Amino acid sequence: MVPTTYYLILSAVLFSIGALGVVFRRNVLIIFMCVEMMLNAVNLTFAALARHFLDLNGQIFVLMAMVVAAAEVAVGLAILMKVIRNKDTTNVQDINLLKG
Amino acid sequence: MVLFIIFSLIAVVAAIGVVVSRKPVYSALFLLVNFGTLAALYIMLEAQFLAAVQVIVYAGAIVVLFLFVVMLIGGGELTDIRDPNKTLAQRLNWARLVAIVLAGLLLGALAWGFITGSLNPLQGSEAAFDQGSGQAIGNVLYTDYLLPFELTSVLLLVGMIGAVVLARPPE
Repeated sequence: MVPTTYYLILSAVLFSIGALGVVFRRNVLIIFMCVEMMLNAVNLTFAALARHFLDLNGQIFVLMAMVVAAAEVAVGLAILMKVIRNKDTTNVQDINLLKG
Repeated sequence: MVLFIIFSLIAVVAAIGVVVSRKPVYSALFLLVNFGTLAALYIMLEAQFLAAVQVIVYAGAIVVLFLFVVMLIGGGELTDIRDPNKTLAQRLNWARLVAIVLAGLLLGALAWGFITGSLNPLQGSEAAFDQGSGQAIGNVLYTDYLLPFELTSVLLLVGMIGAVVLARPPE
């Protein structure tokens, strides 16, 4: 049986990679993909701790997080497509209309 | 244990592939591999229902949505952090430095806890867990978590309406 800490470390590594991807990439689609990867890493943490404490509530939370992620991806990609079509760029630094 | 090492290595390599890929299509495909290995890890964590939902929802719907958008929008990623017009000090602005430092802190803290053995497993009750099957999750979902379940259906409806409204052609 694999110790729970291994799963937590793997989840932290995936989360860090996703976070660094959000900060370092400039294509909005890839940033969005890295956000989804971060959500997945947190789901993995919840599932690992659900098995660790033998509590089913962790898996229910993962289910809810997956539903929220699905809805967020649908609406977020629709918004992204509109913005990209409007500004004619996929560079996140060009979407700066609200910049002070 | 061997399976865990294999799947986690594939997941980490795919995650790095998502971040460093030149083209968004490659990133989406690496993301697909990442989600697939995470589904395998869910099965190893006795969360079979979650693994099935992961494959159906994440790998089967979200990545497909991403690929659709990449198809309609196109790539457009040639120069990134390797922009030759900026020096290294200019590329590492404060936000990126903070991200690197925080990621290092998280991994360092976990590595220290792992080495000193302070992250030790406890024990829970096996009865209610029931191997994470669909029946067990259904038992809890439709009794204790009925209200969140109904609210997720409303959330999905709202998401659908929002996506349809956003996708309408301009008047």
